[in-house]
Amino acid sequence: MLRLERRAAPSSVMSVVSPLVAAVGMLVTGFLLFSALGKDPVEAFYLFFIKPLSTTYGIGELLLKTTPLLLCGLGLALGFRANVWNIGAEGQLTMGAIAGGGVALWFGDSDSNFAMPLMLLAGVLGGMAWAAIPAFLRTRFNTNEILVTLMLVYIAQLALSWLVHGPWRDPEGQNYPQSQGFGDAETMSILIDGTRVTWGIVYALVLAVVAWVFAQKTFAGFRMQVAGLAPAAAAYAGFSEKRNIWIALLLCGATAGLAGICEVAGPIGRLQQQISPGYGFAAIIVAWIGRLHPIGVVFGALLMSLLYLGGESAQMGMGLPSAITGLFQGLLLFYLLAADLFITFRLKRVVDAPEPKPAARVGSAA
Amino acid sequence: MNPLIPMIASTVVAATPLIYAALGETVVERSGVLNLGIEGMMLIGAVAGFAATLGSGSDTVGFIAAAAAGVALSLIFGFLTLNLQTNQVATGLALTLFGIGLSAFVGHNLAGLPVARLEPITIPGLTAIPVIGDLLFHYDIMVYLSVALFLAVQWFLTKSRSGLTLRAIGESPGVAHAIGKSVLTTRYLAVAFGGATAGIAGAYLSLVQTPMWVEGMSAGKGWIALALVVFGTWKPARVVIGAYLFGGVTQFQLFAQGFGLPIPTEFLSMLPYAATVIVLVIICRDPKTILLNQPASLGHSFHSAA
Repeated sequence: MLRLERRAAPSSVMSVVSPLVAAVGMLVTGFLLFSALGKDPVEAFYLFFIKPLSTTYGIGELLLKTTPLLLCGLGLALGFRANVWNIGAEGQLTMGAIAGGGVALWFGDSDSNFAMPLMLLAGVLGGMAWAAIPAFLRTRFNTNEILVTLMLVYIAQLALSWLVHGPWRDPEGQNYPQSQGFGDAETMSILIDGTRVTWGIVYALVLAVVAWVFAQKTFAGFRMQVAGLAPAAAAYAGFSEKRNIWIALLLCGATAGLAGICEVAGPIGRLQQQISPGYGFAAIIVAWIGRLHPIGVVFGALLMSLLYLGGESAQMGMGLPSAITGLFQGLLLFYLLAADLFITFRLKRVVDAPEPKPAARVGSAA
Repeated sequence: MNPLIPMIASTVVAATPLIYAALGETVVERSGVLNLGIEGMMLIGAVAGFAATLGSGSDTVGFIAAAAAGVALSLIFGFLTLNLQTNQVATGLALTLFGIGLSAFVGHNLAGLPVARLEPITIPGLTAIPVIGDLLFHYDIMVYLSVALFLAVQWFLTKSRSGLTLRAIGESPGVAHAIGKSVLTTRYLAVAFGGATAGIAGAYLSLVQTPMWVEGMSAGKGWIALALVVFGTWKPARVVIGAYLFGGVTQFQLFAQGFGLPIPTEFLSMLPYAATVIVLVIICRDPKTILLNQPASLGHSFHSAA
């Protein structure tokens, strides 16, 4: 008989292996799913995971979609480490897009050198302002940040919808709910010819390194990690919980806001009703797959980006609904959470002995 | 007819799915489990109920299928959090993301198809009464069942022996375990109950309110239901009152249009979300309110060796 037993110390090997186990679990489930749908699984896998990467343009798309996922994932990972459950990166992204996009529209077609830096700054500040609301409510009024950040997602999206239907609508846009296209100086330049990749991915990768330094090498990062792993120890050491909450939310607001402006000033090129297919939510999974570690988040973002591309490719090539991406994302997180069990527990073979006192039993046999 | 009557009636219809979802979650949370996956279970319920009704032509079959789908999804959550002791917040989020993806995947061929709306029932003699008949006796059966569900949950939590056990487990699973109560079984049953009610809540959206299947149609109602549990300080009666208040807020749009208020629709649509934030602030402002009412073990995994 096998029984779960708590490890003496969490296994660092398992914490790296577990995302791989989860990915394999997702692939096996995908294989079964494709077979059940009467599709050739090998062809489906090829369409999903190989074909999108077979061209330079495809690699470019991968990096393009990685950018917002990585930016949001970094901010969320820093917050989750400190036990701050910001799940509203999508709203912070939207607010960054609105603030930065507003600056872009204000510049119009001007070719000022200040346009792009000011847009990026406005995007960052917009996201931070939106994240400051739950930070304030949590620290001042003890209000759960999970629900507040989520409600603010809907409010931000409705605000964007109002702007592109009303005050910021392009008068020559044939009534489409979208703003005027941004001018040349207000659009991010292309990084690699023949693709749509912008400088955004460079910012994101640099920030991943910055986030790693912050998390691993600074006192503020250390305080946040202690608060997440051992809240009582953090309180005893006199680390301010409020400060951690503010830092966690503002950092994520900043990166998510930057993601938002990089999207509208990059591949989209204008403000419109739909600017993100749920990057802010997918970034929750990215943060988790990346083990809440900034460098791990880079790999998580690449994988999640591939899922988006694969969904599109499978839709075009096989007529599978693109919603399959969301399904895979959810599955991946489920498998990851389950596999994480083996970070703190291990399976142990036990001889059938009389049941010890209930107090000595750990969990239940799997 | 008095213009207030259709407004009140539409408020009740708007509140009904919130009542189902929030009452279920109240029971789940009273057992000490925090399931943030309501939104996902509602969407699965919505698509399952819609598909089953479309296939069978029977609303009853639709609602049963929705409840079953909700239970199935909640059992995944139960297995992960109760057996494998995963983090409840993360697992609930995963459930929501999974539910959004799965429902969109399953329902991609169903979008836009019509299904007959579940019609209000007529009670001989009562429905015909002026005003009162329109106000009280002119709803679909699920509205009355939601009231019955409230009474049942209220009785279960406050008067029944098993309800007492459930609350004890929510407050102190260690003690309940020590006196021989099965924490695992009780919590599983509570989670499954929450799944069933969330599924029904979802089906109410796709069979009564809209009635059709639209991707992501719950639009945050599952999260509002979670907020309602906090608003109701984990007490069924207050949760139901909160649901009706929120139902009223969602109907403010009709009110504003009726009076010709020049407010853009987007701002009116923001109201329920803004109201949720405001209400949470009011309730949580005093930490004691939460401390005294929140089940003490809420969100914490329990394993008997701890």
